[in-house]
Amino acid sequence: MTREIAVVAFAQTDHRQSMAELSEVEMLMPVLHEVLDRTGLKTADIDFTCSGSSDYLAGRAFSFTLALDGVGAWPPISESHVEMDGAWALYEAWVKLRTGDADTALVYSYGKSTPGPLRDVLTRQLDPYYVAPLWPDSVALAALQAQALIDAGDTDEPALAAVGARSRGADSAGQGDYVVRPLRTGDCPPVGDGAAAVILAAGERARELCERPAWIRGIDHRIEAHALGVRDLTDSPSTRLAAEKAGLFQQPVDTAELHAPFSSQEVVLRKALGLDDSVRVNPSGGALVANPVMAAGLIRVGEAAARIHRGESDRALAHATSGPCLQQNLVAVLEGDAR
Amino acid sequence: MSKEPVAVVGIGQTKHVAARRDVSIAGLVREAARRALDDAELDWADVDAVVIGKAPDFFEGVMMPELYLADALGAVGKPMLRVHTAGSVGGSTALVAASLVAARVHGTVLTLAFEKQSESNAMWGLSLPIPFQQPLLAGAGGFFAPHVRAYMRRSGAPDTVGSLVAFKDRRNALKNPYAHLHEHDITLDKVQASPMLWDPIRYSETCPSSDGACAMVLTDRAGAARAPRPPAWMHGGAMRSEPTLFAGKDCVSPRAGKDCAADVYRQAGISDPRREIDAVEMYVPFSWYEPMWLENLGFADEGEGWKLTEAGVTELDGDLPVDMSGGVLSTNPIGASGMIRFAEAALQVRGQAGAHQVDGARRVLGHAYGGGSQFFSMWLVGSEPPG
Repeated sequence: MTREIAVVAFAQTDHRQSMAELSEVEMLMPVLHEVLDRTGLKTADIDFTCSGSSDYLAGRAFSFTLALDGVGAWPPISESHVEMDGAWALYEAWVKLRTGDADTALVYSYGKSTPGPLRDVLTRQLDPYYVAPLWPDSVALAALQAQALIDAGDTDEPALAAVGARSRGADSAGQGDYVVRPLRTGDCPPVGDGAAAVILAAGERARELCERPAWIRGIDHRIEAHALGVRDLTDSPSTRLAAEKAGLFQQPVDTAELHAPFSSQEVVLRKALGLDDSVRVNPSGGALVANPVMAAGLIRVGEAAARIHRGESDRALAHATSGPCLQQNLVAVLEGDAR
Repeated sequence: MSKEPVAVVGIGQTKHVAARRDVSIAGLVREAARRALDDAELDWADVDAVVIGKAPDFFEGVMMPELYLADALGAVGKPMLRVHTAGSVGGSTALVAASLVAARVHGTVLTLAFEKQSESNAMWGLSLPIPFQQPLLAGAGGFFAPHVRAYMRRSGAPDTVGSLVAFKDRRNALKNPYAHLHEHDITLDKVQASPMLWDPIRYSETCPSSDGACAMVLTDRAGAARAPRPPAWMHGGAMRSEPTLFAGKDCVSPRAGKDCAADVYRQAGISDPRREIDAVEMYVPFSWYEPMWLENLGFADEGEGWKLTEAGVTELDGDLPVDMSGGVLSTNPIGASGMIRFAEAALQVRGQAGAHQVDGARRVLGHAYGGGSQFFSMWLVGSEPPG
């Protein structure tokens, strides 16, 4: 018998283009307070804490060590950190709760994308010997993927524009100029700073802390090869496999929060996940509206859970991605108790 | 709810050196991983998930290198997690991998930690720009030297203790074919005559900068039953963190370290660590941290740790051997250093430690710490399955 684990609270920053006036800790603190306030828990009540962030965004080694001060880790806490999007920190916390060593977990992540030129910074994720020296930037790589989709007949520019427009709640006439052909401004995510936090709890503890917990029925993540040349960019087998392992295909979902920073990536993910028009995709607006790097994936889980908390969804899918052109993908299936 | 017992069935590491110019980062990690799989007599297809750790990405200049390393570690199509908890990361990485097995999420997990420090300069990688850090606080030694001085004042230890530790660890390293520093002509006089770097820390009392990787194969009870060589069994594991700097912090003996050890001992059913633990592989990047951690980990009363060192208790043939492998003082690929401590503890209880084997080692503690003595990870492994 495995333990039932749920998302019981979620908080995020009001996403802005730049929070240059705030340190990472200052950006994070209100979010930590808010998520704890939602459950009435204090730092000392939390059994396990896990965070996600990247030194490269901060431009300094060990940047996460100072964020820990914001948590108020005294007396000392059981704590860990992944140099990944916070969705993977949530995964680590979920595993910890599964072992029975913890009943509650605080998960947070944050990223300031604006101190450096993000498109240049993200090139440092690529193979350091053969690819990174050429500085292919994140928008150019996404454009390669978008063009592959168009060439395969999976989408066209008006369809991409419609994805961007739906996410922003605007009309597709405002797509803007090309950034890198075939991607226009409206197909690309805003660059911004932000933070998010989630509280997980197991079994009865979850019911005490939340009126309608978002139970994690399944969660899995998979990675693909790094080199773009050996991948079919029009498909996402890692997403499909993670979804299968998470139990997505056993029953339909009503909502999907997809971490698709580019409109074209939503096309790939919809196909891999088998989502039809009956599923509400990214009611939050998704990463095309706010894409704080390292937090955007955790926000998808939080947004999906929050809809279940509010009674707006009964079974929702949350997806997070990492790496160029959807290299690594996480899928979680969340459910509320039957009403 | 009972946890699945976790067994270490494969251990592999590279020969640690100042610069591995013959291999890429991918080549380096694959070498250690392949050796761990060979030790377990398993292949890439037998691995369900990969958990990788290293210290700051700035050391190699690759952001989130797990993305690029997925292919080299046979992770394509599998879950891959990347842990980063500063200097304690190698230990934390092993613990995250172990929790995947303990929670019965996966049966067999490959875990690996590495650093290829020759790709950059660790000294300056650790020297943060003003205003994040005070001027003249260059490198880790500048941060830790005042805490060593505080320990000397507090305990009344004679100023020779640090050199005894360094002399012992460098001699132990001569018995470890994978250790970075093999100083065949080492003498106590040479250690004591080496230049003062950060008073009271001398050159020969500091760790080197190494390239290297360490890997382990962790598995469940069924996997252990199939293992070709004796497994090491995990009896307890824990992580603890506290803030970097605050008025109540004891930098000489941080409470997070004490709490972490206490949690491990509780899980392992240990009430008297000095009597019940046979050897300790601890994270000693500057020699004085041996007596300091002996106290922090409960092997000696406060102010008494240096007496164990001085009496030879921590020698390889002593009553409580410490850093049998030669320790961080002899080998320091930072991101891997914690995992090497964990792996050495497992090697010892498997009876596979070769010339640096402690006779009859049945329960051994592996220890790592990081940041400003604020992150701790430890595990206790045994030759018998947990009771």
